[in-house]
Amino acid sequence: MINENSEVILSVKDLTADVGDTQILKGLNLEIKAGEIHAIMGPNGSGKSTFSKLLAGHPAYTVTGGEVTFRGQNLLEMAPDDRAKSGVFLAFQYPLEIPGVSNLDFLRVSYNAKRKQEGLEELDSFDFDELVRTRLDLLKMDAAFLSRSVNEGFSGGEKKRNEILQMALLEPKLGILDEIDSGLDIDALKVVANGVNQLRTSDNAILMITHYQRLLDYIVPDFVHVMEGGRILTTGGKELAFELEARGYEWVREEEAAEVAR
Amino acid sequence: MTVEVSTSTDTTEPTLKARVDRSAYLAGLLKLRPELPEELAELQGVRDRALAIAQELAIPTTRDEEWRFTDLSSLVHIGFALPDRASISFAQIESFILPEAVNSRLVFVDGTYAPDLSATDDLPEGVLVTNLSVAVQFLPSLHNYLAKQQGAEEVFTALNTASLIDGAIVHVPKNQHVETPIQILFVSTAGVATIAHPRCLVIAESGSSLTLVEEFVSIADGGYFTNAVTEIAIAENAQVNHTRVQRESETAFHIGKTAVSQARDSRYSCSAISLGAKIARHNLEVYQTGEQTQTTLNGLTMINGEQVGDTHSKIAFTKPYGTSDQVQKCIVGDRAHAIFNGKVSVPQAAQLTNAAQLSRNLLLSPRARIDTKPQLEITADNVKCAHGATVSQLEDDEVFYLQSRGLNPEEARKLLTYAFAIEIINHIPVASLKANLTTIIRTQQL
Repeated sequence: MINENSEVILSVKDLTADVGDTQILKGLNLEIKAGEIHAIMGPNGSGKSTFSKLLAGHPAYTVTGGEVTFRGQNLLEMAPDDRAKSGVFLAFQYPLEIPGVSNLDFLRVSYNAKRKQEGLEELDSFDFDELVRTRLDLLKMDAAFLSRSVNEGFSGGEKKRNEILQMALLEPKLGILDEIDSGLDIDALKVVANGVNQLRTSDNAILMITHYQRLLDYIVPDFVHVMEGGRILTTGGKELAFELEARGYEWVREEEAAEVAR
Repeated sequence: MTVEVSTSTDTTEPTLKARVDRSAYLAGLLKLRPELPEELAELQGVRDRALAIAQELAIPTTRDEEWRFTDLSSLVHIGFALPDRASISFAQIESFILPEAVNSRLVFVDGTYAPDLSATDDLPEGVLVTNLSVAVQFLPSLHNYLAKQQGAEEVFTALNTASLIDGAIVHVPKNQHVETPIQILFVSTAGVATIAHPRCLVIAESGSSLTLVEEFVSIADGGYFTNAVTEIAIAENAQVNHTRVQRESETAFHIGKTAVSQARDSRYSCSAISLGAKIARHNLEVYQTGEQTQTTLNGLTMINGEQVGDTHSKIAFTKPYGTSDQVQKCIVGDRAHAIFNGKVSVPQAAQLTNAAQLSRNLLLSPRARIDTKPQLEITADNVKCAHGATVSQLEDDEVFYLQSRGLNPEEARKLLTYAFAIEIINHIPVASLKANLTTIIRTQQL
């Protein structure tokens, strides 16, 4: 859903970042507008996951240069919880288990944190319960999910669905999906993808991080970026993903090298 | 660890620096013993025997292995006195009364029975829930149980027994099932530097069952000393579900003993929650005396500031087919210090014992401290005994996950701490108490 006049949701310029003493991001540029779906593909160690966690504010990463603007605001100055409340959502590759806290309570606390930020009254358990049930259907999740502890004993697919359920409640402006497809069988993938597609509007944007072209059959991107060595090497449409699948990343590297030589 | 002189940095009590003769100090506490009421004259022997034991002892130092980590220097510098007889109104304790036990409760104020605040109308006929002076008239078997548990020669237990003037008595006859929880509330009126010796005796005859809630609370802050002893005798095939909540003033001293004996096929389950007191010590001792006996111990210590919270448990197996399942959790913030010592004794005769012990600890501050020690003494050769201990902090990744869902760091830490604690609270069988404690833990300042 590309519309040149849409609001710029995320703008990343010359971003460099370290974890410990190692530089992971080496001058990353990216612009995402409302309504767009972007996919970042790349081999292991290219910095994809680092980038997604950095956007959400993970404390392990130190930004050493460049800027990240989210809807006109300097994202890098915001605490992780403020980013979340302002509309950045990261669906985790490995969602954490929190034994002892029911999924329902967790979802309500999270939802109400955002309501509070927006100056709205917090929802009580009764009203929240009604709301959450409408979202459950979207992910074909059973109500029994709600009374279980957060992610405890969930299968891989259940954990990923639970992430998207959280996204469905928080309605972010930017949904970052970090390998939401990894470890899922095709049925689970379809359910997750279908949930994501239904959350798409012309006001929000999605950034997917993935290894596999397969995901892009179900969530069709407007842009595909190939990342390696902490930078985006090339950008294309969804056809780029097919080319990668067929020819591997080596081909992109050669193109890049040729480009630099010229 | 041979330091006896107090290392406390509490500058408000300069006298702490001085050494104290700890047997003379104990003798002073024994001199304070209140007179035995006339109607309890037949218990003179019980008191005298305990007095004779106590007179040979002293308040322990950190050189005593059992008190290695819990320094009582700040206690032995206080000249305690007996509390004045306080008269308090129902309104002052109403919030502590469990709705489920509104007519099955005993209230003790500074160790003394308060009949006006107690009510026992809801209990089945034949079940006795009363104080000591009534029980001596109606329960001849009392003498077989009072001060008869093992461990009576321990110094604070002997001090309590030697000072006996009152107590809560619960007697459930054979095959009687008491559905209503029985609440024993020990209230301190928090006089500064007063000492009380709350006492409780529970007798579950064979095939009976009951749910007991013991709570230690205060209605004001003060540097008082509670030295409590509870004895629980569980006959064959009987069941006792016990919840013990210690919520003393954070300037108080609490030393408590729970001594349980279990006959064959009996079941004892205890949830011990320790939140209060400046220095708290709980000795929880279970003696299995028959075959196929089940013991379940769940403990939670949650302390902050400069609190010390010490749990010493002991499960003694003596016969085959016994089982025990123990989980102790400690959450320690600020400069607080939690101690857990879990002894499990499996002698040669206790074949086919199945014992599990887990000590899980959460440190919330770099200056908080945990000392945890499993102590397994196993001589039987065909048994299953598992134990484990973990000490952890809240992980950055956990806090980040919650922050990424909009919770601020403090809320995130509170929720994770609550999640750590709630497993223990969930074992408590009384809904209102469970809800109460859940709220306390959920809103605890970290």
